Amino acid sequence: MLSQFLQFLFSGVTVGATYALAALGFTLIYNASNVINFAQGEFIMLGGMLAVFFTQLGLPLPVALGLAILVPAVVGVLVEKLAIEPVKGAETVTLIIITIGASLVIRGLVQVWLGKNTHSLPPFSGDTPIEILGATLLPQSLWVFGVTALVVVALWYFFNRTLTGKAMLATSVNRLAAELVGINTSWVLFMSFAMSAALGALGGILVTPITLTSYDVGIMLGLKGFVAAVVGGLGNGLGAVVGGLLVGVLEAMGAGYVSSAYKDAIPFVLILFILFFMPRGLFGAKVTDRV
Amino acid sequence: MHKNAYFGLSIVVAILAVLPFLLPNSFYMDLAIRMAINAVIVLGLNLLIGFAGQISLGHAGFLGIGAYATAVLPTHFGWHPLLAMGAGAAVTGALAALVARPIFKLKGHYLAMATLGLGIILNIAIRNEATWTGGPDGMPVPAMGLLGFELTSDKHWYWVVAILLAVSVWASLNLIDSPFGRALRALHGSEVASQVVGVDVVRYKVAIFVLSAVFASLMGSVTAHYVGFVTPNLADFFHSIELVTMVVIGGMASVYGSLVGAVLLTALPQALATFEGWETVAFGTILMLCMIFLPKGLVPTLAARFGKGE
Repeated sequence: MLSQFLQFLFSGVTVGATYALAALGFTLIYNASNVINFAQGEFIMLGGMLAVFFTQLGLPLPVALGLAILVPAVVGVLVEKLAIEPVKGAETVTLIIITIGASLVIRGLVQVWLGKNTHSLPPFSGDTPIEILGATLLPQSLWVFGVTALVVVALWYFFNRTLTGKAMLATSVNRLAAELVGINTSWVLFMSFAMSAALGALGGILVTPITLTSYDVGIMLGLKGFVAAVVGGLGNGLGAVVGGLLVGVLEAMGAGYVSSAYKDAIPFVLILFILFFMPRGLFGAKVTDRV
Repeated sequence: MHKNAYFGLSIVVAILAVLPFLLPNSFYMDLAIRMAINAVIVLGLNLLIGFAGQISLGHAGFLGIGAYATAVLPTHFGWHPLLAMGAGAAVTGALAALVARPIFKLKGHYLAMATLGLGIILNIAIRNEATWTGGPDGMPVPAMGLLGFELTSDKHWYWVVAILLAVSVWASLNLIDSPFGRALRALHGSEVASQVVGVDVVRYKVAIFVLSAVFASLMGSVTAHYVGFVTPNLADFFHSIELVTMVVIGGMASVYGSLVGAVLLTALPQALATFEGWETVAFGTILMLCMIFLPKGLVPTLAARFGKGE
């Protein structure tokens, strides 16, 4: 009983960590620009696919992984410069379609370049499972937990203790006021796309040894990351992390105890319930619209 | 209705009447029929997105309910196709009304999330209930017939959808100039202001959501009968996006824009088929370019350029 529960919990937290990283990516871009970046999932895919590609080229693992984070970050910046900046202040639907266009281009290019096959990455430190109370935990899961925790702490430090981070935070609170005190807000936009693409890619790299990857994994991962961001209340960093873990764990529990066929539906059922009863997510601030 | 609108409507009717005699072969006939079907769906969706200013990223799910009602009920329960179509529309309407109240307390991205979620759940249900729906492979649809007459040839289908389209254009034009339409446009402009002058904002949003969902469901049934086969792709996220893109590329809050958007985006995949392997890249690039350079959509942009409104 307990071992089964633990097993589902482990796999839930592992995937949940990826959702959390994706949700943080959504949050960063949303705060900087009010855009929901539907291409976020493609960065997760890019991270995994590029890690496979660079390691197969024979590059040492750290270099390959570094490149697999750097390239998506550059792609993220390109998306921002070429597609988002020219349409500042456009309607929500227009922006949604632009980011979906960007995601199609990224996915299409990877499909042409690296093909439609499913790929795997060797685990970073062996694949001997660790036994905990009858449940098994893959060493790769520890990498996922550890790196995600590290990233969350680093982000917290960045936004609370560094000037750059505070400038980004200020921009998300009030763009005009931020500009008035001399913050370069277009640079903030640039940074948030680079960071959110890098976060997505990192998540993609970390889970690839466990979940495998192919050119089309980005759609579902991205949408679930969006769910996670909304569960926590759009724009809330802590909410994004909690949302990601919650979505991951509920999905794993639902798949294990209820129905594995409906696994992919669970995050969306969850989000509908949350939105019905808490229209601003779990941690969303109560706001009053000014007319 | 303005005189101008009647002029536009008569042009649409004229084109629809002449078109089948100009089309060289059945390939183009098929394309025209699919364009007309999409145009009707997009008209309904544009009432929601363009006129009332509400987003739906899950409309393909409603289309899927209609399509599968038409496939499943006659096949497994021996229902008459028309009855099945009506049942699909009724279920869609009821579901849309049920979720609409809580959903329309939401705004912007939360609304996008909720409709997206609903669409995805419907799609997953269709994929999983393989005993009824054939699962990912889809299932055949029995032919549509009435009083011993079976709709099979392309010509018959063309006239059916052409009439449906003409009626929908006429109805949409009337609707947006009615008090109902004015209320919708008012709440798009400013919800608070329209509340102040006595518009029951939520009721109108729910009504237009249900209406556009039922449109989608009915046309889902028509598509199913016309193609003779249904697959879950009809109801997937990408199809929802395609429909929204048709609205936006043609022009939000533009009846004729809906037609242009539907025609262009139905033809686009055919045109891109020559780019073997590069279709997705080309499609994405075109979407982005259109939105960057014509954020208001084709018809409103052109109308502004030539100094004529609708």
